[in-house]
Amino acid sequence: MFSAQRIPNPNLDNTVRPSPDPEQSMTTDTPAPGDTINGGVALVRALEREGVDVVFGLPGGATLPIYDPILDSSMRHILVRHEQGAGHMAQGYAHATGRPGVALVTSGPGATNIVTPLCDAHIDSVPMVCITGQVPYAAIGTDAFQECDTTGITMAVTKHNFLVTEAADIPRIVHEAFHIATTGRPGPVLIDIPKDIVDANNPRSAMQWYEARDSDMELPGYRPAGTGDPDAVRAATELIRDAVRPVLYVGGGILKARAAEVLLEFAELTGIPVVTTLMARGAFPDSHELCLGMPGMHGNYTAVSALQESDLLVSLGARFDDRVTGRLDGFAPDAKIVHVDIDEAEIGKVRKVDVGVRGDAKLVIEALIECTKEMGVESQAERGAWRSTLSGWQERFPMFYEQSQPGDLLKPQYVIEQLRDSNPADTIVASGVGQHQMYASQYWKFDHPYTWINSGGLGTMGFSIPAAIGAKVGMPDRRVWAIDGDGCFQMTAQELVTASVSKIPIKVALLNNGYLGMVRQWQDLFYDERFSGVELGPDVPNYVKWSEAMGCAAIRVDSPEEVAPAIAEANEINDRPVVVEFRTDPRENVFPMVPSGRTNSDVVVHPAQRGE
Amino acid sequence: MPHNRFHTIVTTVENKPGVLARVAGLFSRRGFNIESLAVAPTDDESFSRITFTVDVESAPLEQVVKQLDKLINVVNIRELDPQSSVDRELMLVTVEVEEGHRSTVLELVDEFRAYVLNENQREMMLSLAARPARLDEFEELLRPYGIVELQRTGRVALPSLEEKS
Repeated sequence: MFSAQRIPNPNLDNTVRPSPDPEQSMTTDTPAPGDTINGGVALVRALEREGVDVVFGLPGGATLPIYDPILDSSMRHILVRHEQGAGHMAQGYAHATGRPGVALVTSGPGATNIVTPLCDAHIDSVPMVCITGQVPYAAIGTDAFQECDTTGITMAVTKHNFLVTEAADIPRIVHEAFHIATTGRPGPVLIDIPKDIVDANNPRSAMQWYEARDSDMELPGYRPAGTGDPDAVRAATELIRDAVRPVLYVGGGILKARAAEVLLEFAELTGIPVVTTLMARGAFPDSHELCLGMPGMHGNYTAVSALQESDLLVSLGARFDDRVTGRLDGFAPDAKIVHVDIDEAEIGKVRKVDVGVRGDAKLVIEALIECTKEMGVESQAERGAWRSTLSGWQERFPMFYEQSQPGDLLKPQYVIEQLRDSNPADTIVASGVGQHQMYASQYWKFDHPYTWINSGGLGTMGFSIPAAIGAKVGMPDRRVWAIDGDGCFQMTAQELVTASVSKIPIKVALLNNGYLGMVRQWQDLFYDERFSGVELGPDVPNYVKWSEAMGCAAIRVDSPEEVAPAIAEANEINDRPVVVEFRTDPRENVFPMVPSGRTNSDVVVHPAQRGE
Repeated sequence: MPHNRFHTIVTTVENKPGVLARVAGLFSRRGFNIESLAVAPTDDESFSRITFTVDVESAPLEQVVKQLDKLINVVNIRELDPQSSVDRELMLVTVEVEEGHRSTVLELVDEFRAYVLNENQREMMLSLAARPARLDEFEELLRPYGIVELQRTGRVALPSLEEKS
């Protein structure tokens, strides 16, 4: 199925990469409990105690007192070129490692610049902690220089936020923030810290150091879900046992719950086929015979149709996103629904459920396995016909594109296939948003969890380069490719300066078709080819010169025979970032496609596959 | 007014700055109007109770209630069924009592078990704590005399006590 280089890595597992031992990574000047220190030192010390080994940030007036003790800390600070970069790096770090990413930015514009990554992390449930500087407490509300209402602005895009008013609260609130960010449904937490309580020169910053513990937390309203209700698990298992055309509809929650291994066990135990959403690519191995791949607007025919024709959808950590369901009133009309989610508010939010199980996906799947075994595997309904229907679809409608003719521009799908075949299976791929994102998800083979990082819910253009940097920082021994488009590249390319200067050797595959391709595709298909506001042009900026100016190696590729050698060359360069610009065909569209407002039954395959 | 769309939600929240904004934000985000709102500390001053009435269909409301429950500062939340709860609201109203209206207004005060809080030659300030519908009624009967100023608190509610055998 794939080349010999793609050897599964036995070191890949579902455990969170361990934090460095806080006792090993403390500042040289470790305060003892009860010592009087200032809030700035307390903040740095509290972050170290949470196991933070790297902080992505950019200083400013309000964070000056925090940046001073950072000099004495074991934590690595990575100086970004724009605060949005810090946020996406923290996200990439969290996606790759399973540990919360940390960003540190200043007040006012520093805070507003990181709103997009917070919103992105919120909708994709990414654990991160963002620390923002704030003007001195007494100046809040006076329109002071670089003041903004950070907690007000970020209320709707964080899982929770804090405005710290007393230095003594810092250790406790930091501990609460990490607890909230990483438990239950993970998400971003912001801590807004006025300058005076961290400023060594201000008496308001004096506090008695203490090591905050769980018992210090004051969160009476926070009760993350654990195991599922046993009665609901049993009811779900019965529906699963009796289903003739079941599908496991797997979402990003499986990855957040570190549940890929138990999912594999459950799928193999029951023999139920699996679809992995855009957020869950890699949660179940693409090369497994039960894997149907990605469903949704640009999912493959079999995955889309399997959901649509099923009689039971077992949703595991997915949320019935509109990009998956298509027109809702025609979605999977015959399917009963089992919905497992850690977030009660997701269950039944979009589609009425037959059985809802609130709980941690890993624990619930373990319970489902237990319950299935009690009932006896032989009690499972006969699904031979369903399996042969699915394999019939797979044979008839494989992923398809037309190879380019000599002299034509590159096909983007071909580039992704070559990248896939020239890199080890544990390569981490971070993508931007648009056509290139869909091609990457469709044509890469994801056989390991935590190898695919993208902006699924918010669809944030410019995500890939900073996210790839964050992933590489968290997983320095792994190869990290950013797959980007030219529109996205122009939004956050400046972080390649960060990567060069901070020696973070990511690789960027820039699919340059000179257009905002996904918007162009919609204008092509639904607006009579009236292309409005989508032409970027492939030549300006000169991506090779620009990349070289940012300290990267850069290669431009125009023809198919250059693709593999350029990738090989890029893979040899490990002392700096590499950008490989592929000139791709702007007329190429992403197929299959479920047109907006239509049901999944109307999935449109590649024109060449439409036998009328 | 179609009262079947009115729902009374009672939440216990941490008594901290910004909590009301978080709660209200979940309604405003969806374009839902809060008809009535009452906030005050509970018997334990580290918590407050927020009672609000919204005019919403049940299905979207259920979603908002689940979202409210996710707020870190919200300790618990429940919807009160009008059939099995008791609600009260307080009204302060200043009414004109010139030209011999004083005695008829005082008759209304007696009938509704309201109180006279303050008065001068031309005006009288009354208070009434009762069911919201009763306040509506009182207000309508006072209106002909000339309402100078009126303020209602928003309703508070508790579940009815169950029969103890």
